[in-house]
Amino acid sequence: MAENSSNNAYWKANVRIIQISLVIWALVSFGFGILLRPMLSGIAVGGSDLGFWFAQQGSILVFLALIFFYAWRMNKLDAEHGVEE
Amino acid sequence: MDQFVLNWLFIGASFALYIGIAIWARAGSTSEFYAAGRGVHPVVNGMATGADWMSAASFISMAGLIAFTGYDNSSFLMGWTGGYVLLALMLAPYLRKFGKYTVSEFIGDRFYSPTARLVAVICLIVASTTYVIGQMTGVGVAFGRFLEVDNTTGLLIGACVVFAYAVFGGMKGVTYTQVAQYVVLIVAYTIPAIFISLQLTGNPIPGLGLFGDHAASGEPLLAKLDQIVTELGFAAYTEHHADTLNMVLFTLSLMIGTAGLPHVIMRFFTVPTVASARWSAGWTLVFIALLYLTAPAVGAMARLNISEMMWPNGTDGEPVSVEMMENDARYDWMATWQKTGLLGWEDKNGDGKIAYFNDKNADVKAKAEAAGWGSENELTNFNRDILVLANPEIANLPGWVIALVAAGGLAAALSTAAGLLLAISSAVSHDLIKGAINPSISEKGELLSARIAMAVAIVVATYLGLNPPGFAAQTVALAFGLAAASIFPALMMGIFSKVNNKGAVAGMLAGLIVTLIYIFLHKGWFFIPDTNRFDDADPLLGTIKSTSFGAVGALINFAVAFAVSKASEPIPAEIDELVESVRIPKGAGAAQAK
Repeated sequence: MAENSSNNAYWKANVRIIQISLVIWALVSFGFGILLRPMLSGIAVGGSDLGFWFAQQGSILVFLALIFFYAWRMNKLDAEHGVEE
Repeated sequence: MDQFVLNWLFIGASFALYIGIAIWARAGSTSEFYAAGRGVHPVVNGMATGADWMSAASFISMAGLIAFTGYDNSSFLMGWTGGYVLLALMLAPYLRKFGKYTVSEFIGDRFYSPTARLVAVICLIVASTTYVIGQMTGVGVAFGRFLEVDNTTGLLIGACVVFAYAVFGGMKGVTYTQVAQYVVLIVAYTIPAIFISLQLTGNPIPGLGLFGDHAASGEPLLAKLDQIVTELGFAAYTEHHADTLNMVLFTLSLMIGTAGLPHVIMRFFTVPTVASARWSAGWTLVFIALLYLTAPAVGAMARLNISEMMWPNGTDGEPVSVEMMENDARYDWMATWQKTGLLGWEDKNGDGKIAYFNDKNADVKAKAEAAGWGSENELTNFNRDILVLANPEIANLPGWVIALVAAGGLAAALSTAAGLLLAISSAVSHDLIKGAINPSISEKGELLSARIAMAVAIVVATYLGLNPPGFAAQTVALAFGLAAASIFPALMMGIFSKVNNKGAVAGMLAGLIVTLIYIFLHKGWFFIPDTNRFDDADPLLGTIKSTSFGAVGALINFAVAFAVSKASEPIPAEIDELVESVRIPKGAGAAQAK
């Protein structure tokens, strides 16, 4: 049973990391890129505004950072819970 | 050297390279051939997956759609990259742990039901076939241009080449061929963009040049572009005009669809470890992002160049004269593209000038009439799919750059089309016929049915490609909608919930059927022209276009699956164990053969 509860804790921690990552994922694309763009319209970026930048480039850069963060964080979590291959 | 010869020299050389690598790699071992990607470094695997993924839609079509619409089409950029986050966090590591080769096998095993597997196969075939139609559109544009024939002839010749390429076959599966294709593709996309960015902004990095200053006027490039297009009566480039709900749903559909397409997911089944599945997804997105960060710059700069070409004396001066278009070498590309039937102009009022403006804008129309340029836009046809291929010619770049783009565009379209055809044929012969209809079929019969399936798919795709439901990237977007509504929810529920067999089957069927019907209602039954009941300009449900419906379909899939699953018995103990084991990386062996 000890292994089971450890596995459960591992899965819970994983789901939590996924949830946080997905909030950021949605915030930069659907948020800054589309829905919240009017709020960011005061911040000028090269002939347009921050929302335009997020929609065309910024969100892609954040997506990249998120995936690499997740890979790094999960490798650490695997080791902490002793479930790495 | 003649441009026509130069184009074929580059195309020929790039194909010789792919075939050469395929032969070299093939001599190694057969097992490597089947399990492309195993034992390959995540960076190399990422590059190969990038080539697999970026098709005619990304290379040929996307920048053109952005160029003529501006901000509103940012959905393509966010959607086709954001899906990798879902893939990396929610699918790839667990599917790798599961350790089989195909998506339908996972669905069949996890939902302990041959029916679930069969339904998954049908979903894959429908989505992949739609995807191929989009590729054929791109292939037709490219061949039409480089053979200097009309679009239809180009498409028919292209179809023969795709068929030969797919039958020749397995070379698609060799990782190093795809690495070579990626290199050709990205170099071909980036070099003209760098030249153009230097010309317009002085910045060698197109992605930065987009937000830099326009060298000729000293103003920010995007501000200059906004000014020019609004003076011609078009919507401002950087502003939000589209319906917000539709834009959100469209972006979401593309994201979910990315994470539900079998030919991309499959690549993560065969990486060496669960950890490398996570890294591979990241590296794949790095290589995809190189193109996607450049694409918006390509679009914006091309729009600026085209507007300035049509108005060489500025928007307050005279429009370009017919005489100039016929005699000035800078306008030669227009005559070449006119032959394909994808670009057209007409001096409607006979004043010897071609006035390009938005004749639906009353103010600009009145101004054009007062100036004697006529009341109608005289640049009558500008197919979005030609923009990237024509771009180096528009910017007056050297001949070898034009030839390089030709080679890149064909690499993108042919590699993805061939890969999809292989996926369709193996789904039909292996999963559908051997797995369900006739399990005792001989190996020879299986091979024959694979060939027949491939031939049928290409005939259907070619026929529909002649009258495509949209520009290449739009058709491909429909394929993503179908994958989003059917496959992704099933995979996600298979890992993150304990939905049972009945729930999964009902969910997939509901998602697929509702989405398919919604698409057919707007694009014509089986995409046959003029059989549509509604139009995307005025969709059935509020503002939701058929290209955006995939997200709604996915929601229906989830809802139906949970409801049906709740109302029926829970999953058996051994499937519960399977789900638990998929969640933990420990103990992942090598992927097993089916």
